[in-house]
Amino acid sequence: MSLSTARIVITGVGLTAPNGDSLPEFRRHLLAGVGGVSRTEVHYMGEQLAGVCRYDALKWQKKKEVRVGTRAGSISIYCAREALADSGVVWDTVAKDRVGIYIGITEHGNVETENEIYNISKFNYDTKFWSHYHNPRTVANNPAGEASLNLGVTGPAYTIGAACAAGNMGLIHAAQMLRLGEVDFALCGGVSESIHTFGIFAGFKSQNALATHPDPLKASRPFDLARNGIVISEGGCLYALERLEDAQRRGAKIYAEIAGWHVNSDASDYVLPNPTRQAECVRAALARARLAPRDIHIVNTHATATPLGDIQECEAIRAVFGEGCPDTSINNTKSFIGHCMGAAGALELAGNLPSFDDLTVHPTINVDNLDPQCALPGLVLNQPRQVAKADTILNNSFGMLGINSTLIVRRFVA
Amino acid sequence: MTKDECKQVVLDIIADIAPDEDLSNVKPDVRLRDQLQLDSMDFLDIVMELRKRHGIEVPEADYQQLASLDSCAEYLTPKFVALGK
Repeated sequence: MSLSTARIVITGVGLTAPNGDSLPEFRRHLLAGVGGVSRTEVHYMGEQLAGVCRYDALKWQKKKEVRVGTRAGSISIYCAREALADSGVVWDTVAKDRVGIYIGITEHGNVETENEIYNISKFNYDTKFWSHYHNPRTVANNPAGEASLNLGVTGPAYTIGAACAAGNMGLIHAAQMLRLGEVDFALCGGVSESIHTFGIFAGFKSQNALATHPDPLKASRPFDLARNGIVISEGGCLYALERLEDAQRRGAKIYAEIAGWHVNSDASDYVLPNPTRQAECVRAALARARLAPRDIHIVNTHATATPLGDIQECEAIRAVFGEGCPDTSINNTKSFIGHCMGAAGALELAGNLPSFDDLTVHPTINVDNLDPQCALPGLVLNQPRQVAKADTILNNSFGMLGINSTLIVRRFVA
Repeated sequence: MTKDECKQVVLDIIADIAPDEDLSNVKPDVRLRDQLQLDSMDFLDIVMELRKRHGIEVPEADYQQLASLDSCAEYLTPKFVALGK
C-alpha cells in the first residue's frame, strides 16, 4: 500500500480534563454524569466559572520545568507522556527524528503576556522587570516545543492555530503528515491554558457569551432553553497516531482508525457561525470517509451553549442527518467540562472512543428544558444510551473567524 | 548585612529558581555552575530577583562576579550596605 493511502490508526490516548486525568477516569465520569466545572480566581475579574484541570504536573516534569515553562507546555508534556505510555511503544527504540508533535491551539501567549504586565504593574510598569522567559514562553510553537524538549523528540514539533477547531486539526494534520511520510509516529491533538488569561473571560463577557449560573456544575448547558454562554476551561488531549502497518508490526492496541476529515472556512463573519459551511464541512468529511450520514453512529457536537451558536450547529446537523438516520446518536461533551478551547475537539473525541467497546453513548447533561430549536432526533439527553451499533464517530469542532473541522473515526477492523 | 547573610540571600533565590536542586552542601568557593544545574537563563533569574527583591542592579559586565557564593558575597555585600541593609 502506498503511503498516500495508508490507513492511520490511534494507538494511545493521554489527556487531562476538568473531570479526569486519564481516559478511563474521564469516561467513567461522562457515563456517571460527573461534570468538572468549578470556580477560579481571574486577574481583575474575581472568581469566575471555569473548568480547571488537576493533573499531577510533577509526574512527568521537574519542578524547574514547571517554573520556567507555560501551563500549555506542561499540559502538552503530561498528555504526550501519557499517550506514549498508553501506546505501549518502546520509546528507547523509536527514532526521535521520525516523531512529529502536532498540537492544536486556540491561542497562545495571552497568559504569559498578561502575567508579565501584571508583574511589572507592581514595579510602576518599569520594563526592566519584564521576564527574560517571555519570548520562549510566548512563541506560538511553545506547547509543542516544550514537549519536544521533555521527550527528546527531534522531528517536527509545532502548533496549529485554528481557534476552537484546533483539537481536530492536530489529528488531521498528523494523519496527513503520516501519509506524506514526513514522520512515522505522531503525538497530536490539542491543548488549552485559556483559563489563566483574563482577556478570554473579559472578551466573552463583553460579547455577552460567558455563562452564569449559581451552581458551577450546571453552568455549561448546551441545547437547554436557559443556556446563556460558554464556560471557559483548560485541558489537553494528545493521541499516538501511526500508520496501520507500523502499529500491527509492534502488536499495538488500536483504539480506532481515522476514516475521514474535512476543514473549511465560513468566510462570512468574525464570530458568528455559518450553518451552510458547517454542513458542507460535515458532508465533505463523510465523502472522504465514503460513508453516508446514516452510517454515523455518534455525532459529537461542538455546541458551546451560546444561544445562537447551538441553534446554528443544530441547523447544520439537521441538514445533513435529517430524519433518515435511526442509528445516529448525538451528544455534547462541553456540558460536563465546559469549553476546553484548543483541546476541545481532541478531548471530546476521546470521551466517545470507548463507545466502540461498551456500546454506550455518553449523554449531554444539564438539559432541563430542551430548546425546541435544538431538538435533534437522536440527541442523548441526561442519561447514557445503550446502542446496538457503535462503529463510527463524527466529531465537529468549529472556531472563530469561521474555521470548521470535522473528523470521523471508525472501529478498527483488520 | 554580613557576607554570610548575603550568601543566604543568594541561596534563597537559587532555591526558588532551581527547586529540584539540593542546596544543603553548596561549596562557597566553587563555581555555582560546576555544582548545580544552572544555565545562563538561571543566572539572569538571579540578577532579576536581586533587582526585584532587593533593589540591587548587577550590570552585565559584572555577571562574572556571581560565579560562586564567595564571589557573590564579595560583590553584593557592599551593595546591600550601601542601600542601608
